Amino acid sequence: MSVAMLVFFACGVMAVLGAIGLILAREPVHSALSLVLVMVALAVLYLLLGAAFIAAIQILVYAGAVMVLFIFVIMLLNAGVEVRTNLSRLARWVGIPLAIVFLVEMAYAMSREYGARTAMAAGGAAAGPVPASTQALSMKLFTEFVLPFELTSILILIAILGALVLAKKEA
Amino acid sequence: MDFVTQHPVLVVSLIKIAIALFVVMTALAYLTWFERKVVARIQSRWGPYWVGPHGLLQPLADGIKFLFKEDVIPPAADKVTYLLAPFLALALALTTLALIPIGPATISILGQPTQLVISHSPVGLILLFAISSIGVYGVALAGWSSNSKYPLLGGLRSSAQMISYEVSLTLSVVGVLLIAGSLDFYNIVGGQSGHWWHFLPKWHVFPQFLGFICYLTAAIAETNRVPFDLPEAETELVAGFHTEYSSFKFAMFFMAEYGNMITVSCLATLLFLGGWLSPFPETGAWRWQLYLPAAGLIIGGIALIIGGLRSVQWNAKAVFPVLGIICIGVGYLCTWQSVMPVIQGPFWFIAKVFFLLFFYVWARGTLPRFRYDQLMAFGWKFLLPLALINLVGTSLVEVLRLPR
Repeated sequence: MSVAMLVFFACGVMAVLGAIGLILAREPVHSALSLVLVMVALAVLYLLLGAAFIAAIQILVYAGAVMVLFIFVIMLLNAGVEVRTNLSRLARWVGIPLAIVFLVEMAYAMSREYGARTAMAAGGAAAGPVPASTQALSMKLFTEFVLPFELTSILILIAILGALVLAKKEA
Repeated sequence: MDFVTQHPVLVVSLIKIAIALFVVMTALAYLTWFERKVVARIQSRWGPYWVGPHGLLQPLADGIKFLFKEDVIPPAADKVTYLLAPFLALALALTTLALIPIGPATISILGQPTQLVISHSPVGLILLFAISSIGVYGVALAGWSSNSKYPLLGGLRSSAQMISYEVSLTLSVVGVLLIAGSLDFYNIVGGQSGHWWHFLPKWHVFPQFLGFICYLTAAIAETNRVPFDLPEAETELVAGFHTEYSSFKFAMFFMAEYGNMITVSCLATLLFLGGWLSPFPETGAWRWQLYLPAAGLIIGGIALIIGGLRSVQWNAKAVFPVLGIICIGVGYLCTWQSVMPVIQGPFWFIAKVFFLLFFYVWARGTLPRFRYDQLMAFGWKFLLPLALINLVGTSLVEVLRLPR
């Protein structure tokens, strides 16, 4: 087994464990930390795919900014330990079937993709990961996808204004 | 040896990590000594003096003391998070150093050519910011998990401060990126070679002076140092987020703080002060500058011998001449033709980082602490607009300079 494989499995297990911990932890800070673990493991997986820029941005934005704010708010409000309840009726009748459907769907898609990859490898055209350079990424982002990009920034601006309006009412 | 031949990059990286860790740990220890000595000098005191000649063994004594102190874990603390916080702080502070190159030369370890950096990434700068941005968890979690009033307040303060100043820190660097056009440290430093009017080095500090000031201020705030050390304001919060930590866990926070200081100084050197480039032109008349590292070491060695022999402390009399002879020996080594070109980059890099670290200590010895509301107002209402103005101005100039 190569070193890359080892790292891949370690990070995969870490991501899954983090996701489970996020749901099962009763202390809000522990849940938030588990989510950070998922983000960092995902970033390492991106690095393995040769997408260093995406990996760095993943950590910088999600782990370094969004989750820090989460933890900050949890600390500030001193959120207490969650109270465990039995499964609500909605979760039992909608949530569990949806989860099963989603799992089956994912398993199907992955097996099909795996079949296609092996067929391609047998045909000689191995699909290696394409290294995503920062330059190529920004070229795409600011030419082809400039409209969604600008719309997102307007969305964020609206969110900031909304936060300001809400804070004004309090004072 | 099979493993070495199969994974040459891995083995060489491990060797480089071991060397870097040793050097950085020693530097951390002696940075505390240096800081105490300089602050003492500013305040007309002697500073550490009795443990070893001129207190040179003080860091070692402190380390031993930390190891043997009782390790108290508060019963109300959240155990896992409480134990995780100091590890997180120190590990992240040291990881960032892996991305920092200290010279342009390529050396050979075990027959494998390798650069003077542990991990060379084309997006090194953003990776470095990413790793240092999760450093705030160490502080925030330490404050929360101690389950005590003062640490919680200290942790909250420091999280708010680090989030606020990170914005200015990152924005102040964008100006440099616009000029350099790359996120790779090698390209950023390479773009700063050459001189304007044959004497002024093309370092980014001159066109980006505003950005440099913003960066330096935000960096001091980001590392929680005086005058922005609100998270650990003794008079208000006992010791801030690490009040409940004792023994070596406290030492780990301490080391993390100094590690972060070294990281931001290295980053400032790479981005603004021309990294490993010499301030002198590379032309034939300036060839003597190649002997500067050797000259510095030999003169320092002679000064050590004379100073040691004239000292009144008996141990200084014994130790300093030996250190001086070692210095002279290393200085002589630096004149060898095979060593000289390799040593140039690290010499200038370390000299600049050292200057910035001195600046840090100097600021601590000189400036009074901000009040908390002043700190927030300064960050958001002064530093951030300044960084934005710098960004807009730089982009404007860069657009006008574009070939049509």
